Parts: sequence; structure tokens; C-alpha cells
Amino acid sequence: MSELKSVENTLASPTGKAPTGPARGNGLKREGLGNFLRSYGALLALLLLVIYNIIFTRNFLTTQTLNVNLTQVATIVIVATGMTLVIATGGIDLSVGSLMAISGALAPLIFLSKQGPFSDPVLGVVAAFIIPVLVAGAFGLFNGSLVTHFKIQPIIATLVLFIAGRGIAQVVTNGNLQTFRNPSFQYIGLGRPFDIPFQVILMLVIVALTAWVMRVTIFGRYVLAVGGNEAAARLSGVPVNRVKLAVYVISGILSGIAGLIVIAINSSSDANLVGQNMELDAIAAVAVGGTPLTGGRVTIFGTLIGALIIQLIRYTLLANRVPDAAALVVKAAIILVAVYIQRPRQS
Amino acid sequence: MAQAEPLLLMEGITKTFPGVRALRGASLRVGPGEVHAVIGQNGAGKSTMIKILTGAYRRDSGSIFFNGKPIEFHSPQAAQLAGVNTIYQEINLVPFRSVSENIFLGREPRRLGFINWSRMNAEARALLQQFDVKIDVTRPLLTYNVAIQQMVAIARAISFKSKLVIMDEPTSSLDDKEVSTLFEVIRRLKAQGVSVIFVSHRLDELYAVCDRVTVMRDGQTVTDKAIKEITKLELVALMLGKELGEVTRSGTTGFSEGTHQAEEQLLEARKLKVGHRLNDVDLDVRAGEIVGLAGLLGSGRTEVARAVFGADQLEGGQVKVDNRPVHFRSPADAIKAGIGFCSEDRKVEGIIPFMSVRENMTLALLPHLSRAGIVQKAKQQEIVEKFIKRLDIKTAGPEQKIRELSGGNQQKVLLARWLCLNPRLLLLDEPTRGIDVGAKSEIQALINELANEGLGVLMISSELEELTEGCDRVVVLRDGHSVAEIPHEGISENAIMAAMVHETAAAPGGERNTDV
Repeated sequence: MSELKSVENTLASPTGKAPTGPARGNGLKREGLGNFLRSYGALLALLLLVIYNIIFTRNFLTTQTLNVNLTQVATIVIVATGMTLVIATGGIDLSVGSLMAISGALAPLIFLSKQGPFSDPVLGVVAAFIIPVLVAGAFGLFNGSLVTHFKIQPIIATLVLFIAGRGIAQVVTNGNLQTFRNPSFQYIGLGRPFDIPFQVILMLVIVALTAWVMRVTIFGRYVLAVGGNEAAARLSGVPVNRVKLAVYVISGILSGIAGLIVIAINSSSDANLVGQNMELDAIAAVAVGGTPLTGGRVTIFGTLIGALIIQLIRYTLLANRVPDAAALVVKAAIILVAVYIQRPRQS
Repeated sequence: MAQAEPLLLMEGITKTFPGVRALRGASLRVGPGEVHAVIGQNGAGKSTMIKILTGAYRRDSGSIFFNGKPIEFHSPQAAQLAGVNTIYQEINLVPFRSVSENIFLGREPRRLGFINWSRMNAEARALLQQFDVKIDVTRPLLTYNVAIQQMVAIARAISFKSKLVIMDEPTSSLDDKEVSTLFEVIRRLKAQGVSVIFVSHRLDELYAVCDRVTVMRDGQTVTDKAIKEITKLELVALMLGKELGEVTRSGTTGFSEGTHQAEEQLLEARKLKVGHRLNDVDLDVRAGEIVGLAGLLGSGRTEVARAVFGADQLEGGQVKVDNRPVHFRSPADAIKAGIGFCSEDRKVEGIIPFMSVRENMTLALLPHLSRAGIVQKAKQQEIVEKFIKRLDIKTAGPEQKIRELSGGNQQKVLLARWLCLNPRLLLLDEPTRGIDVGAKSEIQALINELANEGLGVLMISSELEELTEGCDRVVVLRDGHSVAEIPHEGISENAIMAAMVHETAAAPGGERNTDV
């Protein structure tokens, strides 16, 4: 029996390797399991988590559970999408959580204002969506110019606003907790068109749009070229500085949007808490999703999967009553495993 | 001359890196109190040899005797303790600490476990005094200029009771006055019986300060002679592996001989200046001609191309394109003016490794390939396929990652990156370095063909055959100056080598031709 098999194998091998087509396959070496895990590790991890939950977590397969998880993951995904672009250029953005706090602090000030142009309810709400996001984008521009014009390492440059940003948010609000009830503003966090949470739709649109931009636009190509080999990109005429400025601005804008969602859900804005530890969750989502922190390669879809993994781990541990302290360690361990199986092979 | 027992004797040294035989039985012999020059082209094996001596690399075979005893340094620290000290091109000291701390870093004089500052400062002062350097040793190192920093590095080396000091291109960032101070220090070291290995590409300096010279080529030692017994021209000939007076052979490259029809002036560069590296370079390229840019390592060839291309900012001089003065603030400006630049180091400045052949090839073309910011894939695909066919690029397809291609095919993709822009002037920095023979002659033939079609080419090359057979004119650089422009009928390996070392007798047309 086994002999027969080996004969079959030898017979099959010369023809079995028929090329899949002239354009692909030949140059790419297949290395079996290792390569598979590297490409689909994150997806596989997500599947395992889902299967585990179907078996062990009560009431997992309900639309309510799905909605809870998607609602909670939306802000991570939105911020992590911007973070993915920054990381693709070889940078990093630590200021995202603080920018969420700033945007979250500004919005209630605008729609709660009793006098001035924004006392008009419609104008107030519209401005409360636009101005905080633009301000967050402007802070992103500040990050970007520290990186490009002053040649400060991204981790230090964005550390500035990581520290100062939350302070700014507190100064703006005098350190007060702002509570409110404003259904038209809070639609961004509580609205449910077609019975789907609005922020989930927003998240999917942002992910799809970014993935599309990265795939087909000249900007997407430039981002990857800058991260892949900055010197070569510059010599090829790529506007390296403008590309870097743009990714930090995008990261700022998306953080601003996430900040609005968080305060809308909570009906309150606390400058101390909005976006706390978001930079860590976002970076973890990018890393788990398979985008290397060295830049030059990117998977927006991977980031979505990565954020879902992190969210699902949190949910699983909570639903199975694992104590908080232990939950953090387990979360870290799972992230480590996910990143380890996707590590690049040595060249 | 019967030599005394040598201080250092390295014999039969071999070292293989994956894919490269860096050293093949090289030797080096340095006498006590001798200043010994080591020269060779890029890749000749000089730095590998020195790294093996200092313990940064392990040799595959061969023997090293130091002070009469066989030795084996496992780390640069071990070499330091044994009396072998290296002063690198990029000074590796701690810029924010004081001068005296830098000199005694790691072995500060102590008293009761605390640093004895007064003793340390006094000793540092005394060490520097030997070289007539009188500075405040308590100030941070970075407050002093490069030359002083180098003196500090040397003082540190001396404080280790060094018997041998290795200086790797110590003068590359010094001005003339600083160089003469350094030479004074080297003479004092010699007077104290310390040997010096001096790596430099500036031949004049070797004659000013060295006793003997070792020439390396292709991982072997080809000469070890007293410097007085060898002329500059002979040194260059040995470095490049040429016989003096050798008749130029033809047909070793893919260039077909014969002048191109020189047409209107494309590029006119005058008195280019960038830092210490480029002082006074004049250069013209006309449409349809290949101009060679020759010179020894460190003569400023790459700097010329980068300055013309806007990759480095000019500190002086002027560039004209089509007789109009231009000021490129970035490569993007130069590209818009119809100039392309293939850099010397494909890995560092050329390829974007994780991108496909298609994306690497069209990177500079993207602005012309997109409508409303969206890349027009069909158009892109068409161009990529055209150039894969035209340059005969061996690839599984446009989607293959460029890092999986061979060096020669990577270079073809990078050439195509510029050719698809339809440039008028192409700057090529060592276009055939490190690629296999077949691809090499294909690329040479391609350059020739492009010039025939009217492209202006400025080609930097270390290979004399390429310059003699490929070029319509050759401009020779030395120490950041353009020292000769050799017209087509005067181009020979001898004329180029003579101009490199500035022995004008052998260089016909050594004077610049001012009439166009």
C-alpha cells in the first residue's frame, strides 16, 4: 500500500507541479504550513476564537452578541486603520488616544453652547461633527511636521501629543465631566439604520475606502514606497514629506471621529478616559493583523481582523468570567502568539 | 632592504561570505614604527582585512602574528587591549560626554569606587598635549570640530598603549589645515614607535605621510612596496589591474566603438560645490552622447550625479539644462526636467524590495499614469510588458517581487523605471556593478542604443574598459575637482589613469576644451 503511494508520488511529481499560469506562481516558493500561517494566521486565529466561543460561551450565536462586539470594536478599527497607514510608512502614532480625548472634549462644548453661532441646534450639531475632527486632523499635521521638517523619530514626535493632548482636552473642559442628551449628535454612536449600529456602518465604509485607496490610487502606492525604501522613493520623485504629512493627518482625523463615537455612546465626555490606551489597542490590532511595523507592506483587511481578534479575546474572557488581571495577561499572550506565527522569515 | 621583525604579519588570509569570496590568500606586513598605506578599489578586500585583524570578523584560514606571537582576537575589545586600535571614518565616540570621559570611557581612574575627575582630566590634558592640542577637556566632545574629535579618538587609542593604530579614511571629512595637523600627529606616533595602518584613496596623502604601501585587488595582495619605489600611476594601474602601456583591447564590453552624433547641449554644470566632497566640477553633456565620469574612490563622482539630480543641495556653482539655469530642490524637479538617475547601490537606493516588478518599474511614472489620483492599471500593465520584452527582463511576470530577481534583472527594472519616462538625460552610477557578465553586456549595448536614439548619458564607472569603449568623452575627477576632459580620440586607459593621479604629461587633451 505504502509502496504504491510512493510510486504514485514519483509519477505525480513532475507533472504535478504544472505552473498555474505564466504570470504567477513560478518565482514564489511554497513552504507549506509556515507560509500558510504567515498569510492567513490572523484569519485562522479569529476562526478558532469564534469556534471556541460557539462551544463554550453561552448565547454566543445571537445578533445581540454580534452587535455588542461590533459596536465595541468599531472605534478600535477606525483608529487602527489610520495607524496602519502611518505604520506602512515606517512610522507610528502614539497620540491617537489623546486626539480622541480632544475631539471628544470639543464636541459637547460646541453643541451645548448657549450663545454664539452654534446655539442654533442644527448648526451646532453639524459643527460638532466637523470642527473636532478638523482640529484632530490639524494636530495630526503637527505630528507629521515634527516627523518630516524637524526629523524627529515618529515615536518621540507623537509622544509629545500623547502627553500634552490629554492635558489640552482637560484644559478645554476645565477638567469637568460633560454630560448631555442630544439624539441628533448621538446618532453617530447610538443610531441604528436597518437595525445595524451606525458606527459599524461607518467602520466598514472607512475600512473599505482605505483598502480601496491603498490598492488603486497613486497615494497608496506612494505610502508603500516610502515605507519600503525611503531613499529610493525620494530618488524616484515621490513627494516623501507630503506623503508622511498626509498619513499623520489621516490618523488624526480618524482618531477625531472615534472620539465622537465614544462620547456619543457614553452620553458624556471625560477628558481623562476617552481613548485611554487606544494607541496600544490600535498598534496591537495592526501587528496582529499582519502589517509589519517596519513599514512597506500593509493589509487593511488584516487590521480589521486583528481588531476583531482583540475585541473577541476581551469578550471571551469577560463572558467566561476570567478575572480582569488574568484577562490582561491572556490577552497579551494571545497577541504574542499571533504576531509570532506571522513573523517574517529571515532573509 | 632587509626588514626587522615585523610588528604585524598577516598571511594567507581567506574569508568567504555567502556568494562572495572577499579575501583569497591576502597578506599584510607592517613593521614597527611604520606608517603603512592600504589601498584598493571598492570590494578589493581592504575593510574585510582590517575587520579580521581587529576581531570584528573571523577568518576562514590564514595566520596572524602580532609582536612575534600568533594571535586571534575574538572581539574589537580584545584587539584594543592587545594594542591594536582602530579610528573609524565615522568617529565612534560619545558626543554628549566630555573629552576626558571619552578618552577614558570604560576605564576611568577611580578612587574609592568614584571617578577621580581631577586625575582623569589631567591625564587627558597630558595626552592631548603630545599632539599640541590644547583644549578644555571638560567640555562635551560635540562642541569641537571633526578634526579635534579625531585627535581625541587618537588620544584614546594612545592611552591604551597602542602599538598599532588603524585609520580608516581619516581625512575624508577634514579640510586641508586639519589634514596637515593629522599628519603631524601621525609623524609623532611614528616617532614614539607606534605603527599606523592608513587607509585612504587620496594618493597625494599616501606620499606625504606613508613609508610603505600595500595594494589589494579582488581579495588578494598584489603589491607591498616602499612608497618611494612606486609612482602614482603604477599604484593606480595595480589597483585597477592594468598593465602600463597596455594596448586597449576592444570588444570586451557590449559597447560598439564609434562616436555618437553629438547634438545640442543638454547639461552644463559649472563650479559645482557640495561640502568637502565636491569643490569645483565642470561638466557638459550633449544630446546623443555618452560622457564618462572617471575618478578614484572618494573623488566625488557620485556626489556630482546627486548634485545635478537635486538629491543633494548645491552650495555653489550652477547647473543649466537646455542653456537655462535650473535649481532643483528635489529629485522630483529634476525628473520633471527630463532627467533620470540610476543610483549606485541598488539595495539601498534603488529597489523597493517588497513591491512587484510592475510597481518598481512605474514608480517614477505614476504621476503620468493616473487620472484623478487613480492608477490606470491597463496602461501601466501595457508599459511594463513592453519594457520587460524590450530589455529582456527575466522574471516570472510583472507581479513578481523585485527582490526575487537577480542583480542584473533588478538593474534592468531600475533602468526601465527611467526609460519609461522618456528622459532626455540619464545619470548612471556604476550601471553594471555586481551583475553577471551576460546582463552586463546587454545593459552596455542598451545604453549605446539609447544614446544613438538621442539620449544624453552621464556614466560613472570604475571600469576602464567601460569608459574607453563606451564613452564619447571622459571627464576625470580628483579630490572633488574636475581635472581633465578627454576627447574621444584621446581616450585610453593610460590617459584616464594619468589624469586620475594628475600626471598631465600622459594625458592628451588634459586641458579643458572651452570651444564647443
